[in-house]
Amino acid sequence: MTVYGAVFYILAGVILIATGLAITRRNLVHSIVYLVISFFGSAMLYYLFGAPLLAALEIIIYAGAIMVLFLFIIMMLRVEPSALRKPTLRQWLPAGVLGLIYVAVAILVVTTDPGSQTILETALARPRVFGRFLFQRYWLSVEIVSFLLLIALVGALYLGKAFVKEGGDQKEDQS
Amino acid sequence: MDWMIGFAILIVKLGVVLVGLLLLAAYLVLLERKFLGRLQIRYGPNRAGKFGLLQPLADTIKMLTKEDIVPEAADRVLFLLAPAVVAAEALLIFAVVPFGASVTLLGKKIPLVITDLNVGLLYVFALASLGVYGVALGGWASNSKYSLLGGIRGAAQMISYELSLGLSLVPIVMLARSFSLLDIVRAQAHYPFILVQPVSFMIFFISAMAETKRIPFDLPEAENELGAGYHTEYSGMRFGLFFLGEYVNLQVFGALVAVFFLGGWRGPFLPPVVWFLIKILVISILMIWVRGTLPRLRYDQLMHLGWKVLVPLALLNIVATGFVLLIIG
Repeated sequence: MTVYGAVFYILAGVILIATGLAITRRNLVHSIVYLVISFFGSAMLYYLFGAPLLAALEIIIYAGAIMVLFLFIIMMLRVEPSALRKPTLRQWLPAGVLGLIYVAVAILVVTTDPGSQTILETALARPRVFGRFLFQRYWLSVEIVSFLLLIALVGALYLGKAFVKEGGDQKEDQS
Repeated sequence: MDWMIGFAILIVKLGVVLVGLLLLAAYLVLLERKFLGRLQIRYGPNRAGKFGLLQPLADTIKMLTKEDIVPEAADRVLFLLAPAVVAAEALLIFAVVPFGASVTLLGKKIPLVITDLNVGLLYVFALASLGVYGVALGGWASNSKYSLLGGIRGAAQMISYELSLGLSLVPIVMLARSFSLLDIVRAQAHYPFILVQPVSFMIFFISAMAETKRIPFDLPEAENELGAGYHTEYSGMRFGLFFLGEYVNLQVFGALVAVFFLGGWRGPFLPPVVWFLIKILVISILMIWVRGTLPRLRYDQLMHLGWKVLVPLALLNIVATGFVLLIIG
């Protein structure tokens, strides 16, 4: 195993453990901290694979923006750790079946795909090359995704507007 | 052998930058207290040493020897970690800041930057956005209402102004055609970018002040409403770390303004590193001056300024810059 291989498995282990802890913690703020650690691991994986731009974006967008919003909402709502309760059969059965299918497919892919045997070479994708590649090959997908985001934005704006009208006396609260 | 020399050079560079940052942070505190004192027609600290020059030392000893109190109901691990996150984030940003062109020592070329990432600018933003966690988690983990309010305010304020901070730099990247801080300085060989991007500069400067949570943007620690905001419950050197983070951040943003808008280390007569230090100090003094002049914003004014003034202005600036670049070719 090369040094890169060792680093890969260490990172993968950290990501798996952190994500597992994030799912199982009762305290939501702790979950968020573990999830942020997991994102950090993914960012380092991207860097290891020679994509520093993706690594930086992963931290800026996921760890730095989305998780902060989660944290913000949890702090505002003051959610107490929920009491232990058993999920009903209807709740866990579909999740369990779907999860099992994933595990089966993963084992199948790892054991049969010859691609899993070759060692990945480290490449270095510069931001300029990456941008050219993305906007020349996949410009349509990029446009569709941005259109989706625009729709979400308009939806959020609409919800915010409706709320202020019902609130009535909150005149100064327009932001 | 070559590998060993490279490693030794790196360690020396890390040591020099770290010690320099900490020393400058300590004396920025003194400078701020002295300058603010003068602005408010009083002397400021002048008892420890000549002109109060030993005051930073006295402060450090005081904070190190104080009891480190952890509130009983606090979330212990997060409470202990939060100040370290703030300080480490601020110090780590300096890894990509170039403070001079390369120097030749014993026939070896040594670049005066710890590491020149090709996504350096994004690295800066990645770390700056992580600084929020120190503030928010510190406020939450203290299990005190003042701290929690301070933490929530801090989180909201920092993610709002990060947006305008990032957008204000898009025209700079368009002009320099690179994310690397070294390339951005090189692109300013003929003229500093403040001349062609004054709007960008204003947006960046205001947003940087909001990111460092200084008056007029110090709502997360508004003394007369929240005790001391997110660090109300902290004592001893952990409080010191929050403080250190703030002053290292002041230098970081001073250095970033110098790199993005003032031509980095360039200047006549004096050596590059000296020019860079002068630029950092000038920006820092400007920020202290603003603190001594303006009152604190109200919360709705803060959000209004961020979302309705700075962000649209930054977007317009990007469009205008693209338009001009397209015409010029």
